[in-house]
Amino acid sequence: MEISVRVNGSHTEADVEPRLLLVHYLRETLGLTGTHWGCDTSNCGACTVLLDGVPVKSCTVLAVMAEGHDVTTVEGLAKGDALDPVQRGFMEEHGLQCGFCTPGMMLTARALLNGNADPDEKSIREAISGNLCRCTGYENIVRAVRWAVEHSAADETEEAAV
Amino acid sequence: MQVPAPFDYERANTVEEAIALLDRGGGSARLVAGGHSLLPMMKLRLARPETLVDINALTDLDYIRVEGNEIAIGATTRHHAVLDSAVLAEHYRIFAEAERVIADPLVRNRGTVGGSMCQADPAEDLSAVFSALRAVAVIRSGSGTRSVPVRGFHVGPYETVVGDAEILVEVRVPIRSGTGSAYEKVERRAGDYAVAAVGAFVQLDAAGAVADVGIGLTAVGAEHFTCEEAEVSLRGTPPSEEAIARAAATCAERCNPRADQRGPVDYKRHLVGVLVRRALTRSTASASREVG
Repeated sequence: MEISVRVNGSHTEADVEPRLLLVHYLRETLGLTGTHWGCDTSNCGACTVLLDGVPVKSCTVLAVMAEGHDVTTVEGLAKGDALDPVQRGFMEEHGLQCGFCTPGMMLTARALLNGNADPDEKSIREAISGNLCRCTGYENIVRAVRWAVEHSAADETEEAAV
Repeated sequence: MQVPAPFDYERANTVEEAIALLDRGGGSARLVAGGHSLLPMMKLRLARPETLVDINALTDLDYIRVEGNEIAIGATTRHHAVLDSAVLAEHYRIFAEAERVIADPLVRNRGTVGGSMCQADPAEDLSAVFSALRAVAVIRSGSGTRSVPVRGFHVGPYETVVGDAEILVEVRVPIRSGTGSAYEKVERRAGDYAVAAVGAFVQLDAAGAVADVGIGLTAVGAEHFTCEEAEVSLRGTPPSEEAIARAAATCAERCNPRADQRGPVDYKRHLVGVLVRRALTRSTASASREVG
């Protein structure tokens, strides 16, 4: 079945089997391996991508369901060379150890910040409760998201000045 | 790698189209919306439809609104919309309390009310919520629309009265004044299915007696997700600690839990007793505040 999906702002298309999962369309068909493929049972959240801006687990979405929709993966977070504040927060606050959960964590965090510019710790923990980190790094992940909150406003000022 | 077996995929843009596609499938077609129950089952070959009819485009079934003396919830309404609904929060806290413990925020972004109901998993929380509230399911076919009380909606585990060429389009919840409601769930780990869960609403009259009450029981084999005997015992009486304790004991006795990896039968019965007591006590307290 022919599908076309907008991924990270670019038009993509392919002839796929209806049973192809979105995570495999991204990883195998498009070669975007930044989206990690973990539990396969919609538990772990490693495969989280944004579908029309909403974080979803791409192991439980068919690629054909994304036809005509916008998908954002971790590869689409940075604007050119400029990392998203969420990405910088994960670097600054040591928000990852093994890095497996990180793309999903960052996309969930990005969606949270898009809807709420100043989430408190409780809201952050609630938002990422569908993304599992097995390095027990939640403390630093929450700090990383807070770092992004505190440095987003500054970025906008810089951008406005340019 | 877990991947479903091959199937044909169709996309419906209207309810009529969805019904026609189901009709053509003749029992081997299934609707898919969020897919968060069906796709995992297909990966495990526990479900193997030949055709999937995608109804994600039916956004006209995505609503929560007051119609007369009822709240109408469309079938493709996502769980997160139920959790965030101001209308539902105003009338029934039970919805937000149940939704907060259904899976996780990412799953709730995708899963739908209609999908949850039609999946008819015995451990599905909204089935018990709607049963407690004595909601009505609205089902459409090629020949018209019929309404079925949620207490007659489930035929058994994973089985409902929705026919092969029918679609659940809406669930309607009666609005009741002077009401409090609550949901209590025990799960082994965050986001899991319930070991046991209980939903309740209590409506008080001016004298402080129970005018109406509803009890929903999740994951414990209760017929139609409820226990009418316990409800009857409370109706018309003051909601005293003793009356609530008696109703809780009746629920614990009458439900029919199975031993599984989530716990043995006696533990689940014990949980039902405790959770019914808590849900009724909290519902009564908030109903008292409503009545003043």
